[in-house]
Amino acid sequence: MAVRPASTDQALPSCSLSCEALVIDVPGRADGQPLSFSIEPGSRWGILGPNGAGKSTLLHTLAGLRAPRHGRLRLDGQPLTDWRRRAVAQRLGVVFQERHDEFPASVLETALIGRHPFLRAWQNESEDDVQRALGALEHLDIAHLAHRPLATLSGGERQRVSLATVLTQAPQIWLVDEPTNHLDLHHQVATMALLDEQASQGAAVVMCLHDLNLAARWCDHLLLLYPDGAACWGPRDDMLVTSALERLYDQPLSVAEVDGAAVFMPRVASSLNSPRPTKEVSHDAHVPYDAVPHDTDSEER
Amino acid sequence: MLPVNAADSSATFRPTRRGRPLGLLALLGVVSVVLAVSVGSVALSPMELWLTLTGQGSSLHQTLVWELRLPRALAAFGTGALLALAGALMQVLLRNPLADPYVLGLSGGASVAALCAMLAGLGAALVSASAFAGALVSILVVFGLAHGSGSWSPARLLLTGVVMASGWGAIITFLLAVSPVEELPGMLYWLMGDMAYARSPWPVLVIAALSALVLVPLGRTLNVLARGGQQALALGVAVRPLEWGLYLAASLATATAVTTAGSVGFVGLMVPHMLRLRLGADQRLILPASLLAGGCLLTLADTLARTLIAPQQLPVGVITALIGVPSFLYLLHRSHGKG
Repeated sequence: MAVRPASTDQALPSCSLSCEALVIDVPGRADGQPLSFSIEPGSRWGILGPNGAGKSTLLHTLAGLRAPRHGRLRLDGQPLTDWRRRAVAQRLGVVFQERHDEFPASVLETALIGRHPFLRAWQNESEDDVQRALGALEHLDIAHLAHRPLATLSGGERQRVSLATVLTQAPQIWLVDEPTNHLDLHHQVATMALLDEQASQGAAVVMCLHDLNLAARWCDHLLLLYPDGAACWGPRDDMLVTSALERLYDQPLSVAEVDGAAVFMPRVASSLNSPRPTKEVSHDAHVPYDAVPHDTDSEER
Repeated sequence: MLPVNAADSSATFRPTRRGRPLGLLALLGVVSVVLAVSVGSVALSPMELWLTLTGQGSSLHQTLVWELRLPRALAAFGTGALLALAGALMQVLLRNPLADPYVLGLSGGASVAALCAMLAGLGAALVSASAFAGALVSILVVFGLAHGSGSWSPARLLLTGVVMASGWGAIITFLLAVSPVEELPGMLYWLMGDMAYARSPWPVLVIAALSALVLVPLGRTLNVLARGGQQALALGVAVRPLEWGLYLAASLATATAVTTAGSVGFVGLMVPHMLRLRLGADQRLILPASLLAGGCLLTLADTLARTLIAPQQLPVGVITALIGVPSFLYLLHRSHGKG
């Protein structure tokens, strides 16, 4: 039963998502620690954990796509299970890690499915919907690919199409599984900036991340998910404790300060870390001409 | 939340243009039915056909058109339409562009029941009735087994259906092996699909019209489902009820088609596929286009089947494959050349 009438109003008020004693259902694993927290509008949550800790499972559970083992979720105070899926989809968008492109489709058609929750079954996309989708493609630097078939895209371009689909959906809650998957450095930063912009406009953003430094730079809350189901969560600065992170990944870390912020690097075994053979690199045959550093400062002066 | 600053050059873009291809296919449908009615042992000129249709032709022509050729042409059109639609639906349901209406074993159940009825010496009406009953049994068994325990996925449905299909295949082989020789040609024609078994065009036409009314408006939802169950659920589609609805609709369409004409192959697999190569994958276009193109293909194929080596008739399934395979391979080759 719908808790509230399905609205076609585009500018929906902010939404919050909270979980009460939530235990996610990871097959073959004993009950983990119950999770209780509230994701408020404007917050940026990062979920960190090693492979197989259940990050994606948690994200899908938060989206209501799979049932929790115990506990429950509330969207705007109402139990998530009481909401109609269409009403949920008008408020909450998911960027998946895996995607199914068995059937051919263009980039623009793919972005346009983000408007599905706002259209009646028999309705076609309006000019406004198309403009929204094109705007989203533009925002992710893929407007020039609008009419290309998905099958011809690179991994990073396909990832940006997925982000553009949710941007077209324009939800109040973003659940993003590894937003920077396949992306080059520039587009990693652009994508994190996009999510940041959404949050600053009142959306709540939850993302699974593998990169500690992206989490440290772009999240204000972190949830650490351990392989045995233990978890801890809280404001970023309370969670970025080197010893806790080392235990999380079972990996020694080195911490440095770059541009005034902590940067985490995996510490590698000493045999790999031994000093490199000393060799002049500046005129090495492997270094392309353009990469030879120029003394530009002096030229400018 | 969203910057709306898209390029003006795309302002006239519409998601899919549907009018023209559908209009062309509808026209082709009319042409194929007119051709089917005119061609045969007694050929009708356009003038004679016009006179007959307006109730003025000779009584031979009247009988030929109204009692023999038109019902058979319409039955062929409806059967082809249903098979192509069922194929398109199964492909979305199983997220597999290579699925066809028979992949889940439905035609096997219908065939076993129809062959048993033939062995028992029952008349054509009872053969059709038992084919329908056999199809229903197969639908329910696959549904029950795949639905049985909690976890469900298209892959599980596919596996259940494919295993059922091979089970039916073994029984069909057994029935053919133990049948008296004089029964074999009739049985083989039924297994290949033959419009001579069609007795009334109404069941297929009514079911085709109803499916079109119910399913074509679901096109956009099916587009989303084709992106995967989780993605569809995340975009507000009630995935589970929709998938079972699709399974039942595709099965009912196939069962009606099989009951009318035996298990005509190829149409359900190739028509949606060929259309996607030409028109893209938008289900709002592919579903109605499949209905029309499937109808055209089977009407034309049946016309050839009864005229190629007249007065002998061929099973129409042979013709659909003989026309379809080369044209499909041509389209596939051309689309590779482009991309």
